[in-house]
Amino acid sequence: MNRIVRKEKLSAEVFRIAVEAPEIAAARKPGQFVIIQLGGDVNERIPLTIADADAGAKTITLVFQAVGESTHRLAALGVGDSIENLLGPLGRPTDIEKYGKVACVGGGIGVAPLYPIAQGMKNAGNEVKVIMGARSRGLIIMEAEMRAVADDVIVVTDDGSYGRKALVTAPLKELCEQWRPDCVVAIGPPVMMKFAALATKPYGIRTIVSLNTIMIDGTGMCGGCRVSVGGRTKFVCVDGPEFDGHQVDWDNMILRLGSYKPQEQEAHHRCHGLMKLNEGEA
Amino acid sequence: MHVSSEELDKLAGDILGRFENAAPSPKERAQIPAQEMPAQDPVERVRNMREVALGYTPSQVRAESLRCLQCRNKPCIQGCPVSIDIPAFIAEAAKGNFARAAEIINESSLLPAICGRVCPQENQCQKYCTLGKMLKDIDKSVAIGRIERFVADYARENRCEKVPHVAAETGMRAAVVGSGPASISAAADLRREGHGVVMFEALHKAGGVLVYGIPEFRLPKAIVRHELDNLKAMGVQIRLNFLVGKTRRISDLMGKDGFDAVFVGSGAGLPKFLNIPGENHVGVFSANEYLTRSNLMKAYDIGAARTPMFASRRVAVFGGGNVAMDSARTAKRLGAGTVTVIYRRTGAEMPARKEEVAHAGEEGVEFMFLHAPLEITADDRGRVSGVKLIECRLGEPDASGRRSPVEIPGSEKHCAYDTVIVAIGNASNPLIKATTEGIDVNRHGNFIVNEETCETTLPGVYAGGDIVLGAATVIQAMGQGRKAAKAMNAYLAAKRQVRA
Ligand SMILES: Cc1cc2nc3c(=O)[nH]c(=O)nc-3n(C[C@H](O)[C@H](O)[C@H](O)COP(=O)(O)OP(=O)(O)OC[C@H]3O[C@@H](n4cnc5c(N)ncnc54)[C@H](O)[C@@H]3O)c2cc1C
Ligand SMILES: Cc1cc2nc3c(=O)[nH]c(=O)nc-3n(C[C@H](O)[C@H](O)[C@H](O)COP(=O)(O)OP(=O)(O)OC[C@H]3O[C@@H](n4cnc5c(N)ncnc54)[C@H](O)[C@@H]3O)c2cc1C
Ligand code: SF4
Ligand code: SF4
Ligand code: FES
Repeated sequence: MNRIVRKEKLSAEVFRIAVEAPEIAAARKPGQFVIIQLGGDVNERIPLTIADADAGAKTITLVFQAVGESTHRLAALGVGDSIENLLGPLGRPTDIEKYGKVACVGGGIGVAPLYPIAQGMKNAGNEVKVIMGARSRGLIIMEAEMRAVADDVIVVTDDGSYGRKALVTAPLKELCEQWRPDCVVAIGPPVMMKFAALATKPYGIRTIVSLNTIMIDGTGMCGGCRVSVGGRTKFVCVDGPEFDGHQVDWDNMILRLGSYKPQEQEAHHRCHGLMKLNEGEA
Repeated sequence: MHVSSEELDKLAGDILGRFENAAPSPKERAQIPAQEMPAQDPVERVRNMREVALGYTPSQVRAESLRCLQCRNKPCIQGCPVSIDIPAFIAEAAKGNFARAAEIINESSLLPAICGRVCPQENQCQKYCTLGKMLKDIDKSVAIGRIERFVADYARENRCEKVPHVAAETGMRAAVVGSGPASISAAADLRREGHGVVMFEALHKAGGVLVYGIPEFRLPKAIVRHELDNLKAMGVQIRLNFLVGKTRRISDLMGKDGFDAVFVGSGAGLPKFLNIPGENHVGVFSANEYLTRSNLMKAYDIGAARTPMFASRRVAVFGGGNVAMDSARTAKRLGAGTVTVIYRRTGAEMPARKEEVAHAGEEGVEFMFLHAPLEITADDRGRVSGVKLIECRLGEPDASGRRSPVEIPGSEKHCAYDTVIVAIGNASNPLIKATTEGIDVNRHGNFIVNEETCETTLPGVYAGGDIVLGAATVIQAMGQGRKAAKAMNAYLAAKRQVRA
């Protein structure tokens, strides 16, 4: 049993929770994730990145966006409640090295998993610039935390309600032109990662992305998380989640993520109905 | 024709009546008809997940037991990987002494309710049965597995199982990795000696393939749960959501956490794919994914389940083993219109249990033999539209002794499907090997162990089941778990003496 000891609402749909998980807090490294299951026979298993950990307090931090049924159910838990099943740390840690100049690009909820990586990159002696974007002002998360670790933070929104009105790829291209990073780490919605990788490709800059495929076990047993990287099939849960963004078959990955769209939409609506929530709110 | 349990029971009752006063002669025994297993009507059962085979009635089990010739040389025993005293328990079953029969089985097997259901008996005990040989039909061998199942179910339902005796605490501690049949048996035998035993399982439910792979309609999960409850009652601690190698490494368990020995029963959980173009299209699943969604996550319970199941109309299943049968029959139950098992060889070479193939056929699963897939095609949205197949013929026998399929040039064709399930087997999961120094594996990734003791190349670490044997059987996994536990008990006793 993993008790929730802290909970904050970071935006209309985004929550940050600290959960007791002694072994995971001690073992985890930036870039790794957990799989949770809310107990009982019928709840599904969903992956969430470990956004931070406190080995002393024996807790890990998860930041999640309520997008569908399981994340809404998780959002409904409060301090003192427990997440019945929590498995981790899973996946390979980020290759944190001294590259020189590192640009970290986060879209929406992707800023959360990006944070420990930016922190790690900084601690490894890199100069770190962060680009963070969201649809609108209310969905920008963890800006203060990022400002505390990065040498520079550029904020963009799709609708211009905060920071620059742009997609993350616009400042990314400028950085590639002018600042010439040695490594780019991009985490966010698949479409964003796809275009971030396309943006850096002409400059030949190493671009690390963190893939969020559908997962079940997270141990390499089912193959449901597989993607094609450089023409070879990889299991995201054990070979990843991070890969060379220039090698990923994005179109196939995005299609696979949509495998259960009709069922998910129905469950999402049912769940909003049950929980008496309006759309865009959790 | 479907015959109901009541009708079969009546026929068996008539047989028993004939031998009420005098035991049958060997000749009379051989003439008793083999008792048919009562089963749910196929028309009904494809619409539910409940167990297909209903189990013998008491009259049937006694009638079937009367068929046993009580051979002096007991050839059937050599076919059982754990050497159950088969004629002895059958003799008790014939007399209706089911509790005593269960005791005899329990001397050798810890999981008879499970093995009686899932053992490939026609390749094990029943293959050697004298009666089957006499009648020149292996299907007429004594139905050892079905009798075993009845006896085990009887003991469970009537609570006449003996609670295993646990010796006084030794203060020694053993870690057991995984919770499949190998680990369950190792944990039980280690605990009986009084060692502290902690079982670590990666998933959120214990039982291994018995819960995530084999479907409810073949092995009710309540039976597996009962075995795990017994373990807990003996004092075995079960830690779920613990991936050894990631949450903690074996070196941490032995170094920092104070475990004196480790048993690894991590199974063969790495799905093999076909390595053909189109394998990542939407609608292509490994059998592991398909079955895990349905069994572990209860996705078949549409309405209640939160894990979605892909909606399929035309399903192609590649493979010919139990995993393929389970996938095909699950797809049928989930509402697929047509389900076709496509196999490179012929029905005779299929490794699946005979009973499962027959059940699949009764349920409307179709078989396409001597065909191999070349490519999976997709529509413009990346969803499976069909499979390009090529016909095969049987060539020379390969290393396994089975005739290998040879593709016939120019015989390519395209068949339309919307779902493809790949059920061509599992290799061993490399995680523990990759995170543990000193464990040697063979070229298939299986742990190399001492045949007598199941000890790996890392002292104090033992292994058994599919991680050693490659994808094998439940009873073999159980046998290895027990063999390893025996050696571990000796190892722990010696270690304890040194410490004292
Ligand atoms: C390695 C990894 C790390 C992740 N880290 C985070 C994180 O830190 N914070 C966060 O908010 N989200 C994260 N995600 C995404 C998160 O897992 C999904 O948002 C969540 O599973 C959605 O479940 P749902 O039932 O609420 O929504 P649904 O309505 O069921 O699904 C919404 C979308 O989420 C995806 N999804 C659905 N089921 C799964 C599943 N079992 N596994 C993965 N994706 C699924 C699909 O694209 C789907 O269209 C991560 C995903 C991966 C693979
Ligand atoms: C669909 C299917 C149908 C089958 N049908 C039959 C049948 O009819 N008859 C028959 O005899 N055999 C059958 N088999 C084979 C049989 O199930 C296996 O041979 C047997 O289960 C192997 O047992 P095991 O204990 O070695 O491992 P498993 O049952 O595979 O259990 C291994 C367990 O270890 C866990 N694990 C793995 N790695 C770790 C780790 N690092 N840390 C913690 N836990 C870990 C896994 O999650 C799993 O729960 C079937 C197999 C499948 C997949
Ligand atoms: S355990 Fe399996 S092989 Fe042994 S007697 Fe029972 S059914 Fe036969
Ligand atoms: S070989 Fe067959 S007939 Fe002979 S003892 Fe064994 S089960 Fe009975
Ligand atoms: S989630 Fe099952 S193999 Fe990756």
